[in-house]
Amino acid sequence: MQDLLKGEWNNKMPIPKIPIGNIIEAGIEWLTKNFAGLTRAISQFTASIIDAFIDILMFFPPWIIIIVTTFIAWYITKKIKIAFLTILGLLLIWNLDLWDATIITLSLVLFSTVIAVIIGIPIGIFAALNNRARGIIMPILDFMQTMPAFVYLIPAIPFFGLGVVSATFATVIFAIPPAIRLTALGIRQVAPELIEASDAFGSTRMQKLIKVQLPLSYQTIMAGVNQTIMLSLSMVVIAAMIGAKGLGGEVWKAIQRFRPGMGFEAGLGVVIIAIILDRITQGVRSRRT
Amino acid sequence: MVKIKVENLVKIFGDNYKKAKEMFDKGIPKEEILKKTGHTVGVGGVSFKVYEGETLVVMGLSGSGKSTLLRLINRLIEPTSGRIYVDGDDITGMSQKSLLNLRRKKFGMVFQKFAIFPHRTVIQNVEYGLEIQGILPEQRRKKSEEALELVGLKEWGDKYPKHLSGGMQQRVGLARALAIDPDILLMDEAFSALDPLIRREMQDELIDIQSRMKKTIIFITHDLDEAIKLGDRIILMKDGVVVQEGTSEEILTNPSDEYVEKFIEHVDMSKVLTAQAIMKSAETVGFLKDGPRTILRKIQEAGISSIFVVDNQHKIQGIVEAEDAASIIKKGEKDIKSIISRNIKTISPEMPLNDLLPMMVDTKYPVAVVNDEKRLLGVIVRGSIIAGLAKRGVE
Repeated sequence: MQDLLKGEWNNKMPIPKIPIGNIIEAGIEWLTKNFAGLTRAISQFTASIIDAFIDILMFFPPWIIIIVTTFIAWYITKKIKIAFLTILGLLLIWNLDLWDATIITLSLVLFSTVIAVIIGIPIGIFAALNNRARGIIMPILDFMQTMPAFVYLIPAIPFFGLGVVSATFATVIFAIPPAIRLTALGIRQVAPELIEASDAFGSTRMQKLIKVQLPLSYQTIMAGVNQTIMLSLSMVVIAAMIGAKGLGGEVWKAIQRFRPGMGFEAGLGVVIIAIILDRITQGVRSRRT
Repeated sequence: MVKIKVENLVKIFGDNYKKAKEMFDKGIPKEEILKKTGHTVGVGGVSFKVYEGETLVVMGLSGSGKSTLLRLINRLIEPTSGRIYVDGDDITGMSQKSLLNLRRKKFGMVFQKFAIFPHRTVIQNVEYGLEIQGILPEQRRKKSEEALELVGLKEWGDKYPKHLSGGMQQRVGLARALAIDPDILLMDEAFSALDPLIRREMQDELIDIQSRMKKTIIFITHDLDEAIKLGDRIILMKDGVVVQEGTSEEILTNPSDEYVEKFIEHVDMSKVLTAQAIMKSAETVGFLKDGPRTILRKIQEAGISSIFVVDNQHKIQGIVEAEDAASIIKKGEKDIKSIISRNIKTISPEMPLNDLLPMMVDTKYPVAVVNDEKRLLGVIVRGSIIAGLAKRGVE
């Protein structure tokens, strides 16, 4: 028992270990060696975009961002309550000295979401229209979602180095499955008689997709985007472990210094951002009906 | 002129139909093919012609392959074997590109469940076929508005389908098919989902539109009455094959086998006919202010034995018999109120004939057909029932 708690494992199989770990490591080593130029380029490119994102948001004083965000929240949801919640939440964040951290987190989350959506929706469409592709893609998504998110951080570092790009990489992998899954689901849920009607009038596959399938699966796809945003946000603390700053960084600092109050404040910031983003995307989703 | 010619068309469902097709070619019955290979023979060797400008009704019970047949004609379902000629061109070997073009220009399709796009307004739905052809916006809007006007929904263009009733949605479906000005209309149980009254209205409207547009129509239905009403010719299908082909009269008077006979038997004329359909209009009525001599005169002129009396709003009051009128004339009375018998039966115009028949047995007077406000609409005597049934039978 004592040994187990110390992490010393006793039960070894008499057959030699299958070298899954070694294979993965060799693969990653090969990739980093041969594609170092490429990964570095991607890394620099991504970092500069995220920096630009952050710079733009930092350029404006907080109160302008607060007013604009509140207006957006009101315009999309048409609910005074949500506008009120947005303004109060953001003022509280500013008051708690978390403004800069929040901007960094927000930039990271939005950037990761954009990437996840750009990659995820086409894959989802492909999975919806091609049965064989769906048979391959769906189990991979299950795998991606059940593999502990920390694991993605480890190979990200040799590829992209410590910092924001590795964090984005891990976040995109972790957050992309709902975008793919719900896009595929939405398209496959379109009533077969509508597909038939579209075919009967001589639509090409592309016309059918753009004029019938995508508009009719809009709500489901937006539900996927909403989940992608929420998952990205849930990655910020984990991403902080490899050097991404922001609200997650504050939480991580609080853990290291054992400052529960500071941790709670930063956690509260994450919650506020989560609620605002959730309400706005839900609003976008139900707007078009 | 032959518009569509179908030759020996076969459809076997399933991914691995080759073996099933071999068995089918050997003449093995479809039940056995299903048991041995798991493949369903949807359409098993069907041939027919459709002439330009005619309405061909394909009738059969569910599972008879009639809807599959319709989808084979524009290749929404790929035929397993056989040939389909449209305007003399074999379309079974056609490339995907020419097939799209054919669907865009020649076929308009109307569906049982309407299949109206819920995310598009009514006018956008009607425009769909023109839009995918790449017709310019102003031009397609104009054509679509004309099509909408044709089905009587001119004012509804900007509404979304969810605001429309079933009958109106199907009008949109019809307008969508007509907007592309197709030669051929494929109608798959187009009116089956509508309630009877709306359904009859839509049938009348289709007949009206057809008399002006002269399209070639293939209409699928499971309802014999609809088939008789709409079809220039009727094809009867059972288990994927045609069991009889002919005009409605030929099929009704000379059913080719038991199946057809049963189909016809199911049409109970007394259920189909309503009081309204067989009543005679009440041309001769008495009024309360009429004296007995006027009443007697009206009765004699019309050659009847009794007359319904109405007030000045045409509401039914009762009936006066010729004998009674004659007897009070002898007594010198001027007012007919004393001889109006209120012991009459009134029914609504929607009453089906089989409810009406027992009523006719135990009344000596004709039955008055009245509306909700008791206004007299028509009269039914025993003779009119027989006339109604007989007329129906030979139609």
